[in-house]
Amino acid sequence: MSSMSVTRATLMKDLRMEWRSKDAINSMLFFSLLVVVIFSFAFNPTAEESRLIAGGLIWVAFLFAAVVALNQTWARELRNQVLDAYRVSPAPPNALFLAKALGNFLFVAVLEVLMAPLFVVFYQLRSVGPLWQLVVVALLGTWALVVNGTFFAAMSIRTRNREIMLPLILFPISIPALLAMVDSTTGILTGEFSPDFWIKLLLVYDVIFTAVCLLLFESVLNAE
Amino acid sequence: MKSISIAFIIFTLALLSFSTYQALVVAPTEATMGEVQRIFYYHVPSAWVAGLCFFVNFLASITYLINRKPNADAMAAASAEVGVVFCTIVLITGPIWARPVWGIWWTWDARLTTTLVLWLIYVSYLVLRRFAAGSQTQVLSAVLGIFGFVDVPIVYMSIRWFRTQHPSPVMGGGESSGLAPAMLQAFLWNLLAFTCLGVAFVMARYHLQKVENQVESEHAQLALQGGTR
Repeated sequence: MSSMSVTRATLMKDLRMEWRSKDAINSMLFFSLLVVVIFSFAFNPTAEESRLIAGGLIWVAFLFAAVVALNQTWARELRNQVLDAYRVSPAPPNALFLAKALGNFLFVAVLEVLMAPLFVVFYQLRSVGPLWQLVVVALLGTWALVVNGTFFAAMSIRTRNREIMLPLILFPISIPALLAMVDSTTGILTGEFSPDFWIKLLLVYDVIFTAVCLLLFESVLNAE
Repeated sequence: MKSISIAFIIFTLALLSFSTYQALVVAPTEATMGEVQRIFYYHVPSAWVAGLCFFVNFLASITYLINRKPNADAMAAASAEVGVVFCTIVLITGPIWARPVWGIWWTWDARLTTTLVLWLIYVSYLVLRRFAAGSQTQVLSAVLGIFGFVDVPIVYMSIRWFRTQHPSPVMGGGESSGLAPAMLQAFLWNLLAFTCLGVAFVMARYHLQKVENQVESEHAQLALQGGTR
C-alpha cells in the first residue's frame, strides 16, 4: 500500500468514528465553552479590554481543549493491539502519523469554527485588522499545536501517567508557537501592530517541527 | 580510571577555591553596582555550563537514536540533570542581582524568559524520564531531547521580539562592551572552574547511571532465569 492510501484510509476511519461517536468534538466544545464562561467571570472585561486579552483567551481555551482530543488519538489504537499490528505491517509509520495529525487538525478546526461566534458574542469582539489574517493565524497555529500534540500523545501513552504526561511535555515546547498565536491575534484584533513577524515565526515553527516529527515518529512507534 | 577521576575532582576543587578567591578578593568592586556585581562571576559561568550540558544532551540523544547504546542514554540523562541544576543556579542568581540593580526581581525579557523556558523544557524532559515505562524510556527521552534543543532558537527568536532589558553580552558585544582586565581574569578563572565542575558532575552522574543500568539488567537476567533474589 502506498503512503497516500494508508493516510487516507486511517484518516477516513478516524473521521467516521468521530462522526458516529462525536466523543472528541463534544468534550472539546463543552470544555472550551466552560473556559469561555469561567474566564469571563474571572476577568469581567469591557469590550475594549476584551479586545486586548481575547488573543490569549481564545488560544488558551483551544490549547486546553485540543489536549482533550489529542489524548484520545492513540488511546483507541491501544485496545485490541492495533498499534502492534501496525508496527508489524509494512505500512509506512509516517503515513499513520500524518493521518492522525490531519484528523486532529480537522477536529480542532471544527471546534474553532463553532466556538468563534461564541467568543464574538460573549466578549463583544470586533476586529480592527483584516479578518483573513486571523484565518491564516488560525490555520498555522492549529497545525503547530496538533502536529507536536499528536506526536507527544504517541509518546505519553507509553508512560505510566498517560493523560497527565501530554500537557507536561507539550506545553513547554509549544511556548513560542503559543506566543506567536496570541500576539498575532492581539495585533490583528487591536490593529495596533503588524502580525507579520509572528505569522512568519509560526510558519517556521510549523515547517521545522513537522520535519522533526516525521523524522522521529518511526523511533517512537517502534520504541519498546 | 578511578584514580584519574579522583585526581580530576581534587583539581576542580583547588581550581574552584582559587577562582572564588579571584572573584571575591582580587577582582575590583564595580563602580556603580557595587559588591553585588560579583554574582556575575557565578551567574555567567553557570549559564555557560547549563548550555553546554543541554548541547551534550542533544548530541547524546542523537547518538542514542543512531546506535542504541545504553551509554549514550546514560550520558543524556546525566547531562540533562546537571544542566537543570546549573540552569536553576542561573535563575536564582539572576534575580538576586536584578533586585538591587534593576529594582525588580524579574522581568519578561528575552534572555530571562528564554532561560526560564529552557528550564521548563528540560524539567519536562526529566519528568518524562521518570514516568516513561521500562526500556521505552531511552527512546522517548532521546526524542524529547532533540525536540527540546530544536525549540531553543525558536524560543529565543520569538521572545527577542519583546523589549530586551538584560545587559548585552559583556564580551564581544560591541564598542562599549568589555571588562576591566582584573575582572576578566577573575571571570575566566571562574569559567574554567565551573566548566571543570560541570564535567565532574556529569561524569559522576554518568557513572552512577551506568551502574544503575547494570543493576537493572542483572535483575532482568535473574527474573528471566526464574531467580528469586
